[in-house]
Amino acid sequence: MSGKPYDEMLDAQGAPRPHCRRYMDWLQQQPAELLAAKRAEADALFHRVGITFAVYGEEAGTERLIPFDIVPRVLPQDEWRRLETGLKQRVRALNAFIADIYHDQDILRAGRVPADYLLCNAQYRPEMQGIDVPGGIYAHIAGIDVVRADDGAFYVLEDNLRVPSGVSYMLEDRKMMMRLFPDLFTQNSIASVEHYPDVLLENLKSVAPQGVTDPKVMLLTPGAYNSAYFEHAFLAQQMGIELVEGQDLFVRDDFLFARTTRGPQRVDVIYRRIDDDFLDPLAFRSDSVLGVPGLLTVYRAGHVTIANAIGTGIADDKSVYPYVPEMIRFYLGEEPVIANVPTWILRRPEDLAHVLAHLPDLVVKEVHGAGGYGMLIGPAATQAQIEDFRLKIVAHPERYIAQPTLALSTSPTFTERGLAPRHIDLRPFVLSGREITIVPGGLTRVALREGSLVVNSSQGGGTKDTWVLGS
Amino acid sequence: MLSRTADHLYWMSRYVERAENLARMLDAHYRLSLLPRAPEALMQGWNATLTSLGMMEEFHKLHPEGGAREALHFLAFDRNHPGSILSCLSAARENARAVRGTVTSELWETLNATYLDSRGFGGNTAYIDVANFIEWVKYRSHLTRGVTVGTMLRDEAFHFASIGTYIERADATTRLLEARWRDPGGAGERLVSEASEWAVLLRALSAFEVYRKVYRESVTPWRVTELLLLNPDIPRSVHRSLFDLLRNLGKVHNSRSAETERYAGELHARFQYGRLEELCAAGVPQFLDQVQERLNGLASRIGADFLVAS
Repeated sequence: MSGKPYDEMLDAQGAPRPHCRRYMDWLQQQPAELLAAKRAEADALFHRVGITFAVYGEEAGTERLIPFDIVPRVLPQDEWRRLETGLKQRVRALNAFIADIYHDQDILRAGRVPADYLLCNAQYRPEMQGIDVPGGIYAHIAGIDVVRADDGAFYVLEDNLRVPSGVSYMLEDRKMMMRLFPDLFTQNSIASVEHYPDVLLENLKSVAPQGVTDPKVMLLTPGAYNSAYFEHAFLAQQMGIELVEGQDLFVRDDFLFARTTRGPQRVDVIYRRIDDDFLDPLAFRSDSVLGVPGLLTVYRAGHVTIANAIGTGIADDKSVYPYVPEMIRFYLGEEPVIANVPTWILRRPEDLAHVLAHLPDLVVKEVHGAGGYGMLIGPAATQAQIEDFRLKIVAHPERYIAQPTLALSTSPTFTERGLAPRHIDLRPFVLSGREITIVPGGLTRVALREGSLVVNSSQGGGTKDTWVLGS
Repeated sequence: MLSRTADHLYWMSRYVERAENLARMLDAHYRLSLLPRAPEALMQGWNATLTSLGMMEEFHKLHPEGGAREALHFLAFDRNHPGSILSCLSAARENARAVRGTVTSELWETLNATYLDSRGFGGNTAYIDVANFIEWVKYRSHLTRGVTVGTMLRDEAFHFASIGTYIERADATTRLLEARWRDPGGAGERLVSEASEWAVLLRALSAFEVYRKVYRESVTPWRVTELLLLNPDIPRSVHRSLFDLLRNLGKVHNSRSAETERYAGELHARFQYGRLEELCAAGVPQFLDQVQERLNGLASRIGADFLVAS
């Protein structure tokens, strides 16, 4: 898994892959000045529309653009079909797992996943034990990060089951692409993604508490200073639902209400973009001012649906990730369609010994880390950084997992020195309601720095429009 | 609609309107400064404006020796002063950002672009730049209004935004008038006719041509005051603003708001049926102060009935 990266558009000889031929022909015909002008136009438009994100650790209120690359990432129909099957399978198993953990815990009793991993995990929410949620669905919105390795195969790198973000960029990138290059969309048959908000709203309605016929859905945001606020406002607007903050909601007689200009109004479904810890100061962190006091009581009474459910973190924790293939076998009796990246679990002594001996070649991740923070990329690290990390690992091996350094696939990308290969990943958004739906494609993130493997927007990553071509 | 959303919409519009009216005040000063007046008169004019805005104390604290240049900077470009035009434009944008899902994309983009462009102003207080800045603020305000009226659904969001606009406008017109009344102008050694000073106010309010149409005679303080307070048809008169406010208030009626509607209606009735001589029996500035107090009262009532948490 460490050969030459797979290029999504060009084959080993540098010729366009069959499904990219039409696009590459078109690209070659475009004058350089035109492309430069289009890139500038995209930047100006994103600024004006205010598609920005806040960066933690920078001056308050700092807003940055996520760089957008005008070269799309193109997936042929057959590859997408296979991905889609694998993603649905995975999310079905993950939901079954969460339901099981918060009810009978069959998988633990069967010894397929070590019990102490789960029950002592900070992501396990004892408050959820025995609660029945509508449809048995916990992760209504899942963002599954998929990468392609040098062997050409896809692997799941990470499951995001708490409050996955990025879907607004998928939608805005497409809008931008259609605006900049309308011709491309008439020449190629590109699966549309615009209906994502409709599907999401339908799904949220389909999991309303029992007996509610015309459910009132609202989107709960931490507020305008959250890094993903643009996305919250965008999705609420696209779905035509209210964007609320904790202070707009209150609990009375085991029901949830919003404060409106015409008095209190009942709320049936909350699409929350706030972490579990901050949802209800009476149940979780008491210093939280973002949540709604008493929300958990309403939830337990079955009078409101929270999407995603509380406690889904138990299934996307990096220490649980290595067991997902086992979940697929246990709950569905199937073999995983998309494989996991091989993973060493450092609390196992034999894995630890192997990893410590091979640190310069591996990627080590903090079990609870996210957003590309707190990880070691061996091949890119200095000797001092490696030694520093070694000490941390030895002190707390249970806090880390390790994986081989994947040669993530690359896609031609505009850089200051013209087109050049850059590493990319893919985050499709899997929606679970009465059925499981995936809008074709997802968000493609690209590491813009030469050689970099980190695609997170907080670490200098950009995005690309993602095309799934018709057959 | 959420109370908080209504609150943001209301303040979004108030700040846009406030920025525009501040620009109009600066416009009046700019025009006056071109008339042949004694240098003291210039500063007296600024003092009257700062007093009518209730910002005199704040200004003296920051600029104990401040002259016309500092006053101009203070009202137009000082980002540390929440009452400056640049601060108002930024506040309008922050309020819109908090409800960007409720306003149309066009409206949000307009306010965002105004804010982004406004960051380029403020370095220079040369008069030609000030004139450009004033024009720019007014132009952006016209644009914002056009986008609001041309794209927004006529629902509660629109009504609360309108309420913010009209209450701010009524208040601002009284303050512009008050500043003119409190400015002794060229009194004493008069180089400029009183009529020209009042004509400047009319022009700053885009009401000069209207004045000519309505009165067809020379400009007098009393007639200008009558026009700007009682005329039902010119968009920036207090009477018209209250009429427009009342109309929008009626559309958002709720179980608590009857008394507020009565209060607003009563205030409106004074402008609809009152005679200027009687309203201003105790003096024009005194009456204007009273109106400002009433408008404040109305704003708190609107806040309590609709905008704060139930």
